Amino acid sequence: MNLAIRDIRYHRGRFILTSIGLGLLLGVVMSMGGIYRGLFADALAVLEFTKADIWVVQQDTNGPFAENSRIPEDIKYRIKAVPGVAEASPLSFQTIQIERLGKPFRFFLIGYDLNGFGGPPLIVAGRNIRQKRYEMVVAKAMKMEIGEKIHLGLHDYTVVGITGKVVSSGGDPAAYVSLADAQDIQFKKDNDAIRNDRERIGANLAGVQSLSPAQAKFLKQNIAGITESTHTVNTVVARLAPGADIKAVQERIRRWNHFRPISVEEQTKILTKGMIEKARMQLGLFRIILLVISAVIISLIIYTSTLDKIKVIATLKLIGSQNRVIIGMILQQSLLMGAIAYGIGYALILLTYENFPRRIVLESFDLQALFVIVMAICMISSFVGIRKALKVEPAEALGG
Amino acid sequence: MYAIEVDKLTKIYGKGETAVTAIADATFQVSPGELVAILGPSGSGKTTLLTSIGLINEPTHGKVVIDGATVADEGWLPGIDLKRLRREKLGFIFQAHNLIPFLTAVENVMIALEINHLPKTEAKKRAAELLDSLNLGHRLGNYPTALSGGEAQRVAIARALANRPKVILADEPTAALDTENGKNVMTLLKKLAVENHSAILVVTHDHRMVEGFDRIFHVNDGRITGEKSN
Ligand SMILES: Nc1ncnc2c1ncn2[C@@H]1O[C@H](COP(=O)(O)OP(=O)(O)O)[C@@H](O)[C@H]1O
Ligand SMILES: [Mg+2]
Repeated sequence: MNLAIRDIRYHRGRFILTSIGLGLLLGVVMSMGGIYRGLFADALAVLEFTKADIWVVQQDTNGPFAENSRIPEDIKYRIKAVPGVAEASPLSFQTIQIERLGKPFRFFLIGYDLNGFGGPPLIVAGRNIRQKRYEMVVAKAMKMEIGEKIHLGLHDYTVVGITGKVVSSGGDPAAYVSLADAQDIQFKKDNDAIRNDRERIGANLAGVQSLSPAQAKFLKQNIAGITESTHTVNTVVARLAPGADIKAVQERIRRWNHFRPISVEEQTKILTKGMIEKARMQLGLFRIILLVISAVIISLIIYTSTLDKIKVIATLKLIGSQNRVIIGMILQQSLLMGAIAYGIGYALILLTYENFPRRIVLESFDLQALFVIVMAICMISSFVGIRKALKVEPAEALGG
Repeated sequence: MYAIEVDKLTKIYGKGETAVTAIADATFQVSPGELVAILGPSGSGKTTLLTSIGLINEPTHGKVVIDGATVADEGWLPGIDLKRLRREKLGFIFQAHNLIPFLTAVENVMIALEINHLPKTEAKKRAAELLDSLNLGHRLGNYPTALSGGEAQRVAIARALANRPKVILADEPTAALDTENGKNVMTLLKKLAVENHSAILVVTHDHRMVEGFDRIFHVNDGRITGEKSN
């Protein structure tokens, strides 16, 4: 006869309630593990979807995700010409926050060359961007309809397609526009600002005595052209030809002096070690704290339920029960509670994780490791109860 | 061979100034199947006598022999397995029924059989039969809280008798019951002890309960002061 199960059956209300409470706690522990994995997945999402071998960014920066990086768009031609490079494509990244339906609406805008790569990885509805201007593909998480228009910079953009789970390293959903559109949105000034700039340049040039009015006019047009130029990108990504030596390609680009060629491994390190390290440690710490709390709670539950059973334990000893019967009762109850709480926590996460604001990635390794940890905690926690039980004297069955 | 032999059994609680001699120099023998009642006022040492024989309380001095096996001689015999002796040779009944609250009537009897290595199905059959013979056949699945005092005490008797022990020790088994139920329980106990050929030692402070016993010991201040045979 299994005493642990009989006791649970008799006190099932109490047992279920404590298991649910513990289950909620373990659910939080699981979700933190999931958020932790999600942080990684989010941080690396754009990196992975782009499928580039080298990220060329501004010299001395950790761009384009961790730091600002600005390089001229036309460097793509030079990069493409490097031996070993198969393709090179410019990309522009910016975080946009506007008002939509009266609420802040935040997303990560990716501008890509329609003839290059780095565009939406997968179209789940609608179509990809076909026209060079004013079309947009948005991530599903932005909850926009095909055909919806939003105003960015100086123009309206129409949603033509929906892509899957693309997010920025900060977890914001991503939207795609053509590179030219992205550059417009990022750099193009409105007409007032342009007029102001032109007048200021004109006024400055007019003050230069040695310039003839014709020269000044010519210079004004050229300078204004440069200041109004939007042909800047954040990075140029390159794919290597099969068998190409990445070190050699990097060395070549590095020698140009103005650029830093970052390999995917380096970029991964920048994203995971640098950018999300603190969040990762924070989550790890929380998980440990919650597990310690669970351990304390389990110990307390087991200890008090042992105290409740002192008379039962004394009676069992008095009628000659072996110690293993008594230890088994306490230990099995503890393990069963842990297992059921784990199951409740797991079910809870499984039902809700899709609806978390941030991505939750449930890895079976994490879940299995947690199960082992919970079982170990239950085992260790029941020691206090078992110690108490072993000290009970059979004579204690007699009183009262 | 006697079921119980006690020779100069002495139990002293505590040490020095505060030492209390609860039982002093008790010497007697009980044969298998014999019914012995122990009568005495509260605090006279009845429970101590019972628990010293029952391998629960270590005797300070003297000798205790159960079913031919010496268990204590100036303290426990070294290396003795008290639990095993308790479950194989002794049956206990208390004032409070001491049933396990989360086990049903039949499970409370089964547990005594199972810890004595009887397989589950046999234990269940045996426990049900035993309870049925005590007119508790309709109560097998009830928890102790659902049983009346008399019923609970009968389940406790079934548990004590389950392993057919050589010795049954009962400490005021009727104290929590009204006179009629008390008498019924006492009658049942005597009947079963005779059927099982078990020696039985029943402590009580109610002399109305002692009729039909073979011998009656009177205990006063830790000493057996009188013995009456019927
Ligand atoms: N565990 C104990 N520690 C100290 N003294 C005890 C203990 N148990 C009983 N006594 C004392 O021993 C004496 C006999 O007690 P007990 O055997 O319980 O008597 P009875 O069962 O006849 O009422 C009493 O004076 C009691 O106070
Ligand atoms: Mg007593």
